Amino acid sequence: MSERQAFKRQLDRVYAWYTLAFFLFVLMLAGLEQLGLPRVWIGFIFLLSTIALYAVIGIMSRTTDATEYYVAGRRVPAVYNGMATGADWMSAASFIGLAGTLYLSGYNGLAFVMGWTGGYVLVALLLAPYLRKFGQFTIPDFLGERYGGHWPRLLGMGAAIVCSFTYLVAQIYGVGLITSHLTGVAFELGVFLGLGGILVCSFLGGMRAVTWTQVAQYIILIVAYLIPVVWLSVKQTGAPVPQLVYGFQLEKVTAKEKLLTHDPKELQVRELYRQRAETLTEKLRDPAAALTADKAAAEARLTALREANAPSAAISAAEKALSALPRDVVSARTTWSRARDEALLKSRPLNGMAPHAQQYAGDPDGDADAQQAFSTSRRNFLALVFCLMVGTAALPHILMRYYTTPTVREARRSVTWSLFFIFLLYVTAPALAVLVKYEVFHTVVGTPLDQLPQWVASWHKVDASLMAIRDINMDGILQLNELTIAGDIVVLAAPEIGGLPYVVTGLVAAGGLAAALSTADGLLLTIANALSHDLYYKMIDPNASTARRVTISKVLLLVVALAAAYVAAQKPADILFLVSAAFSFAAAAFFPALVLGIFWKRANGIAAALGMVAGLGVTVYYMVTTQPWLREAFGITQPIALWWDILPISAGVFGVPVGFAVIVLVSLVTRRPSPKAQALVEFVRYPHRR
Amino acid sequence: MIPERPTVAPQYSLYWRKTRALTAVLLLIWAGVSFGVTYFARDLDFEFLGWPFSFWMAGQGALLVYGLIIAGYAWAMDRLDQAHGVQEPEE
Repeated sequence: MSERQAFKRQLDRVYAWYTLAFFLFVLMLAGLEQLGLPRVWIGFIFLLSTIALYAVIGIMSRTTDATEYYVAGRRVPAVYNGMATGADWMSAASFIGLAGTLYLSGYNGLAFVMGWTGGYVLVALLLAPYLRKFGQFTIPDFLGERYGGHWPRLLGMGAAIVCSFTYLVAQIYGVGLITSHLTGVAFELGVFLGLGGILVCSFLGGMRAVTWTQVAQYIILIVAYLIPVVWLSVKQTGAPVPQLVYGFQLEKVTAKEKLLTHDPKELQVRELYRQRAETLTEKLRDPAAALTADKAAAEARLTALREANAPSAAISAAEKALSALPRDVVSARTTWSRARDEALLKSRPLNGMAPHAQQYAGDPDGDADAQQAFSTSRRNFLALVFCLMVGTAALPHILMRYYTTPTVREARRSVTWSLFFIFLLYVTAPALAVLVKYEVFHTVVGTPLDQLPQWVASWHKVDASLMAIRDINMDGILQLNELTIAGDIVVLAAPEIGGLPYVVTGLVAAGGLAAALSTADGLLLTIANALSHDLYYKMIDPNASTARRVTISKVLLLVVALAAAYVAAQKPADILFLVSAAFSFAAAAFFPALVLGIFWKRANGIAAALGMVAGLGVTVYYMVTTQPWLREAFGITQPIALWWDILPISAGVFGVPVGFAVIVLVSLVTRRPSPKAQALVEFVRYPHRR
Repeated sequence: MIPERPTVAPQYSLYWRKTRALTAVLLLIWAGVSFGVTYFARDLDFEFLGWPFSFWMAGQGALLVYGLIIAGYAWAMDRLDQAHGVQEPEE
């Protein structure tokens, strides 16, 4: 006990010094920036120094001992496990994407905030203490021991790899994006640079190195997230606690939304977009003819200009217009239908965004259509919350973390700490979204184009897909519907919106990098451990020595990491969807089998295996038949048939109940599990049992 | 490590019953906050500390309740462990 306390005190000291050093480092860079250090250098210094830091922690924690490698020696104190879980949990999507989603969809985006925190209630109450008591190495381990036979373990392993791999690809993709933004190197190079940072850490020291790195990464990411938001809040409201005061800003945003909806200039812009959408719809009726006509018109215009000896600028503009036309009918169809969808969106009030504080779409007191829209939107919100929560409580890389605490008691307390550290970011993201929206509505919209704030112009220049402006009614003033903003900008540009120096922008990027790397570390370890421990050690060669198992795990780690980097470098379409899909997959595959395995002695192996297959099967089937990208990938042409209008992202809402039902029904008609399995259930339920 | 025979003394089965009851009650609260309050979000639109109530609930209130549930569970289980003598042996 006292040894444990001494260890914790030592950790407290190390991380206090580390935090202090980190602050000094940022201050030093800020000073250098004032002295004229170029921006791209600041980006490089942030990138290289943080990766070097993670590498040093990795090298210091190197190990070949199995308990150290797989579960960090089971002596991670609750607070630190909580911090590590926070970093493990919060991915690039949470760090960069969440506030953007909230900016774009207002209340409806809060499904992510609730889902990604509420899941920890399930972790705490149903899984973490019992898994800690079980005290082995992986999640398929539990399924294998509890249900016996190879199938539950093998299925668990397969599901763990599928969920973690999709998630891993998304993280490495995020790493590539951030590195290339931060330093200007090519995306592919960024991917492999980041990969180095991930590998040097998990490769040498496994869970032990990953844990201590994740704690360091958590500190960076939370500091990086909070500074710009606090600053923005001080600037707008005078109070440094954005979480407590953004309600008042929300009120102002709502008032402004009402004005903007009826603003004559906005109406004019929307009408122009409506006409454009109509023209495009007309063209799309016969793309071949329309394309020929467009070409002829552009050529005629060019000839006319040349004959009239027009100024060369006008001629080259006309040449550009001609060469910008779609090459053939196929590309014309895709270009035009994309343009039409955008125009349709922009013909709607508030640039197609729902009023920020409005709960759900539609109107329960409106006509039949509005009522339908309302109940569909509400149903989907609840279904998404359910899937994200159950998925959170089933993702193997998170559950695995609770193997690393010293005791059951510490595991329970550690979930409290996990939620606390996650809470800090998740309660801030909605505030950031509202503060940025306030800023956009009040200092950007309605401003003459030549007087726009500095950050608008600079991000417009960095990447036109992040921020684009088109003065469609040519009045020289920016209307809301003339501005296109990608969600990611909300976090990335927050420091500049608040008028902070560039060093804070670099800090934010380093924070995003920390979020992506820490999650990638945890995922990579989950996959490699599933293969080396569950497949190789438990099924192929049970006599393998621990050193051999650890070595195999390290080799696999390398292979999996390279495979994931290869996939990420292909820039797979619709990566965000894949991430969300991983939640539904994990929920359907693991949750019923794990929970029933602990709370219902009667659940047996064959039922668990069938339940996992059925749950996952239903989820995959629903997703493949309803999600446009997957439909195309699998060549499915039958019309989309949604069940109760539930969107494909929430497919787990069907898979989870099916999984439970199959396990219960099959268990009841088959034999009781063996006395050994029942004894294991008793063992995990009582903390004192040895 | 794992005993071969499943034997449970009576005071231990009471411990497990209480654990289950506590878990069930806390899960009910969790479900009520997550799905009950959210279902009626449009109707719970009154102002609360500057926010529309349901917006505050989804953005902060629910998260606070989750935290309380988890912290309360850890605390109550500690006491339950002690009361039934099933706490982990100190090493």
